[in-house]
Amino acid sequence: MPLDWSPLWFSLRYAGLATLLAILAALPLAWLLTRRRFPGSELLDALANLPLVLPPAVLVYYLLAGAGQFSWHVAVVVSAVYTLPLFFRMTRAGLAAVDHGFENAARGLGAGEWRVFWIVTMPLGWRALFAAVLAGFARAFVDLGATAIVASHVQAALLLPIAALALTAIYVGNRVRRAQVPA
Amino acid sequence: MIQVRLAGDGVNVEFQAASGITALFGGAEAGKTRILDAIAGFATPTQGRIILDDGILFDGASSVSLPPRRRRCAYVARHWALFPHMTIHDNLLFPLASLAGVGRRERHRRVKEMIERFALHDAAPRRPHLVPPEDCLRATVARALIGEPKLLLVDEPAAGLDVAMRAEWHKILRTVRDETNLPVLLATRDLDTCFELAGSMLLLNAGRILQSGPPRAVLDQPVSVEAARLLGIRNLFPAEIVALDPGRNTSRLRLENFDLNGPYLPGRLRGDRVWLCVEPGQLHAAPHDGSKPAANQVAARLERATEMPRAVRLEFAGGIVAEIARWEFERRPKGEDNKDWLVEFPPPALRVLGCP
Repeated sequence: MPLDWSPLWFSLRYAGLATLLAILAALPLAWLLTRRRFPGSELLDALANLPLVLPPAVLVYYLLAGAGQFSWHVAVVVSAVYTLPLFFRMTRAGLAAVDHGFENAARGLGAGEWRVFWIVTMPLGWRALFAAVLAGFARAFVDLGATAIVASHVQAALLLPIAALALTAIYVGNRVRRAQVPA
Repeated sequence: MIQVRLAGDGVNVEFQAASGITALFGGAEAGKTRILDAIAGFATPTQGRIILDDGILFDGASSVSLPPRRRRCAYVARHWALFPHMTIHDNLLFPLASLAGVGRRERHRRVKEMIERFALHDAAPRRPHLVPPEDCLRATVARALIGEPKLLLVDEPAAGLDVAMRAEWHKILRTVRDETNLPVLLATRDLDTCFELAGSMLLLNAGRILQSGPPRAVLDQPVSVEAARLLGIRNLFPAEIVALDPGRNTSRLRLENFDLNGPYLPGRLRGDRVWLCVEPGQLHAAPHDGSKPAANQVAARLERATEMPRAVRLEFAGGIVAEIARWEFERRPKGEDNKDWLVEFPPPALRVLGCP
């Protein structure tokens, strides 16, 4: 039987997109919360961590209700939302660890905030950010709980964790059946 | 020329500084860094006004606050803050990239010029952690000056440096002072640095300026006991003026256990309670040979003698501290361990401070 690689490719694409979404949302948020104090900043901080305690089924339900149809894009968004707290917390710690002295030095030397971020903060904190991206990607890649509900309705899209689950189920089923059949 | 007035946030100061080095002298919580941060724009004060040359950097009343990049105040941080991921050359290039109207060739020409001026040839292609610290120090100053700032803020980068580095650092700052006519604000907690470099100093404590003026004048005549303590003056005694004679230019001061003759004290009245202050190095001390103490000599019991690099510090009962040269100390009669000494207070060395 030829090996079907499509669940792997699809999972990679799916996890990559979810990570990208999480980065786009969490990186500015982490920057904002480590660099500025403003009214409501603590509330925002709490909101970013909220998905940690949100049951996947609840989120999926609302997203599906909002989208109105089953689509693998919904699964990407669900995964991004679940990746967000993890990515956000790691990014935040990484950005907070970058010495403000370097950033202030850059500002004093005439650099604007955009330049400070890309030329000073990012190169100094990239290890932490890279670790956060890896962790977020891994989280999205192996995520099963939230996506199973969505993916089970999408025939074309079979994700690797779900394929693995299906294979495990078949394997276990065979073992059980064999054990039950008398010799 | 920088004019600063700040209020609130525990800092309450008003001063101005022209070209040359002005030292902000004070201890750990004196507010030195907070003042520098407010001028550089890293922290926003609640009230006040900061004017550099003719431009307003900050005005609390009309809520004007320029972002740091537009203030043209170069900041030399305590840990130098050379970007660790760039070579020294790129560090020098960094401020030029934000300058409008400076072409690529002009930038490289200026970097080259700075490398010449601060002798950074060996360091230029390396990253800061591979460069000897004295080169890093020079590179930090070069980077601060390359964007042609209007003001240089320096936050005691010499704290914790060894003696040789400190000498190098003083040399760099002297060069900057003599070759440019930038105003420099130098935060320091080292009085020697103030004397070596600064044309004037601000004595800071708890966010307030206690006294300002040339370092010599400040040390010679502290305005208060608090100021004298911050300057590290050891001999401070409460006293009462019991006689004043303008004709013979004398006065008589009664301390807790003895009387002293001093110079006439203009502006004081008989019966005033004051503080007497004497630099330890200006007291004379010799072992007591049993003779009757002369005028202004006080018999005191030696409690501790401490060796210092270039002198011996003698601490007597009653809180009197004297510093005498080593050879003077060695000259005392050997054998017997004489604890009784005579301490002489020369009248010109006596200074009188008002009660707080």
